[in-house]
Amino acid sequence: MRLAVIGAGAVGRSVVELASEYGHEIVAVADSSTATVADGSGPDGTRGGANSPAGVDPDAVVARKAERGIVGDDDPEDALAADYDVLVEATPTTLGDAEPGFSHVTRALERDRHAVLANKGPVAERFGDLRAAVDDSDGEIRYEATVGGAIPAVSTVEDIEPGHVTAVRGVLNGTANFILTRMAAEGLDYDHVLAEAQDLGVAEADPSFDVDGTDAALKCVILANVLSFGAADDPADAREFTLDDADVSGIRDVPGSALRLAAEDGRTVRLIGEATGETVRVAPRLVPENGTLAVSGTQNIVQIETSHAGRLNISGRGAGGPETASAVLGDVGRLE
Amino acid sequence: MSDRRDGTPEAALDAEDAADSADGSAGADADPSPDGGHAAAAPSTHTVRLELVDEPGQLLAALHPIADNGGNLLSIYHERGNKTPRGRIPVEVDFEATPDRFEEIVEALRSEGVNVMQAGTERYAEEVTLLLFGHLIDTDLSDTLSRIEACESASVADVSLAAPQGTEEVSSARLRLEARAGETDAALAAVRDLAAEKELRVVEPLTGVEA
Repeated sequence: MRLAVIGAGAVGRSVVELASEYGHEIVAVADSSTATVADGSGPDGTRGGANSPAGVDPDAVVARKAERGIVGDDDPEDALAADYDVLVEATPTTLGDAEPGFSHVTRALERDRHAVLANKGPVAERFGDLRAAVDDSDGEIRYEATVGGAIPAVSTVEDIEPGHVTAVRGVLNGTANFILTRMAAEGLDYDHVLAEAQDLGVAEADPSFDVDGTDAALKCVILANVLSFGAADDPADAREFTLDDADVSGIRDVPGSALRLAAEDGRTVRLIGEATGETVRVAPRLVPENGTLAVSGTQNIVQIETSHAGRLNISGRGAGGPETASAVLGDVGRLE
Repeated sequence: MSDRRDGTPEAALDAEDAADSADGSAGADADPSPDGGHAAAAPSTHTVRLELVDEPGQLLAALHPIADNGGNLLSIYHERGNKTPRGRIPVEVDFEATPDRFEEIVEALRSEGVNVMQAGTERYAEEVTLLLFGHLIDTDLSDTLSRIEACESASVADVSLAAPQGTEEVSSARLRLEARAGETDAALAAVRDLAAEKELRVVEPLTGVEA
């Protein structure tokens, strides 16, 4: 497949680097202000490395981004107009209208091309609009990378069939999980562990998105949409979820003393997200200290309750460039 | 009371119910109202799980309230090798009693200071542990606890408090509630409402999930 990668952060760059291993070709890459488009599809026809005559040279793109902060000399518009089979939307998640990610995806669909999203915004905030755009297109969308990084949460729910899944819950934010794990293990307070996480690059300078539960909530909203629309006989009857429908509380004010009391009783606290076809809830919850859901550090876990097959647990890396790129490229493979 | 042990089908069924609940599946599989359909005064088999302090005479002290209030002891399972996280010894006692007497026995056990973890299939069939944190002491912890206690669905079995920065700063409490069968959600909702009113935070357990 020929891929246009929009967004050149950790995930976008990893997709560019790994695509050839999966048998795909990169024909365009864009960040927010620059782009590179392969020979034959760009307006000036100047790009393209010696080793990949028809596509963009992945190493050169990554090097330019690292050294000069640009991916190339083309305009991002050219990347969106390039001759690709699949558009990979890997720009930062935005809330509300979910722009510009939403328009990137709909422009692909209008051209009857596929889109694979790593950006949670459009799937969480405008699922109904996305579905409408898909209905009018020969293209399809996939968004495995939006939930749980490398963990195949969405495709597993689809394989089981959403009508036979009663709930999906789990630990879906590595930053919050790292903080809770360290607080419990070392008896430290939130502020101390947050500073440590920031030094390690596990938490952002502004950690609100992670520690307030927003990120986990978006993932649960996406799962709720998958369950709701997947189980409905007629999509018109399905309930659409957005972040506003989620009941969210974060971990910012959880005191160390609460974790100590939990540990005395063989329990611990994890930021647990739960989605059904009717509700979305994210909150710190008490779980058994050695239980399945009490994954450590930045690990994530997704637990799927099924009608006929009991409970499934999938744990693994919920974030990271190559991890998330593997989910993106898995989706690309499903579109072949 | 022993003349009731006549091997009628009802008695056999009751005993089975009680055995189920002893396996830890109380509430989920057991009939939430085991006395339903029977004559109100008919004795049935009950299982209570007690936590005893590891000291001489504790077991006898726990059995007196049962015998003294008309319970007919059937079996005692003393899990000596198995201690609770706080170093107590769990003991499971089966006895026959009428519903009224069963209530009295549980009250008597508690007033003797015996920690009743689980009793029968009707009262206290479910146990739930949660954390509360915030300005627990400034917002009158004893009022908080007595209002939870006043809620029909649950009673407070155990409280642990941690106030590392003194009583005026944020403190935490771990509460163990005993809830009636099927009423855990109602009990948690009551705690949630109370916490919202007092601007406290609740860390609820994942109920129904045997992680």
